[in-house]
Amino acid sequence: MNLSEVRETLKAEVLYGEDKLDREVTSACGSDFMSDVLAYVKNQALLLTGLVNPQVVRTADMMDMKCVVFVRGKHPDGNVLALARERDMVVMSTPMRMYDACGRLYSRGLRGEE
Amino acid sequence: MEPVKLVYPVEGGDLIEAGEASSKMKMTLKKLGLPPDVIRRASICMYEGEINMVIHADGGRAEVDVGMDEIVIRMIDQGPGIPDVGKAMEEGFSTAGDMARDLGFGAGMGLPNMKRYSDDMSIETKVGTGTTVTIRIKI
Repeated sequence: MNLSEVRETLKAEVLYGEDKLDREVTSACGSDFMSDVLAYVKNQALLLTGLVNPQVVRTADMMDMKCVVFVRGKHPDGNVLALARERDMVVMSTPMRMYDACGRLYSRGLRGEE
Repeated sequence: MEPVKLVYPVEGGDLIEAGEASSKMKMTLKKLGLPPDVIRRASICMYEGEINMVIHADGGRAEVDVGMDEIVIRMIDQGPGIPDVGKAMEEGFSTAGDMARDLGFGAGMGLPNMKRYSDDMSIETKVGTGTTVTIRIKI
């Protein structure tokens, strides 16, 4: 699945990286606990979270992830977006709740652990 | 490759900004051309260590030695020390406060994660004096 399909599936707004939506992602994870993301994620390229702070972007960066999606319509502030820009990471916001957002992506073939 | 020594100060107090040292190290390891999985494991270990240092010890410093066969990361602080290392290594045990939890940490996963991603981890700690966590990652 590429990020353009992720956007369409989640009815998401792209907050940064409109020109990078051709990037492919093969797996994803959803969590509000960054230490869990750091513990259990392997080669996952997409992070869904309800947490809005710079540590979300830093965590995703440590894991070499390509995109962060904020759920429940949350919008990060300018500092978070600036950090994402520096790290070449696409940022989206979806009005969906975590459960629904994960479920829709999963049902379209985007899985968790490979 | 010649051995490389890197030293990064870790500022205390500001958990929102924590992680800068790890980011800088990651960029340097990329420039050195190390394998991506080695870079990722080293970055995660240092990031968790950095977060711990800011939460518990008001900062400190990280010393990173990149050699032919391994990366050695020493996270050195003059914080309160760890009274019970065995307990601190248990997944789920944490003494972190609400601020850490609000940011997605403080779930008692920091040290266990560092152990999970390293080839060897040792902790020297003395209550009232400080803690040094040494992590080795084979290249």
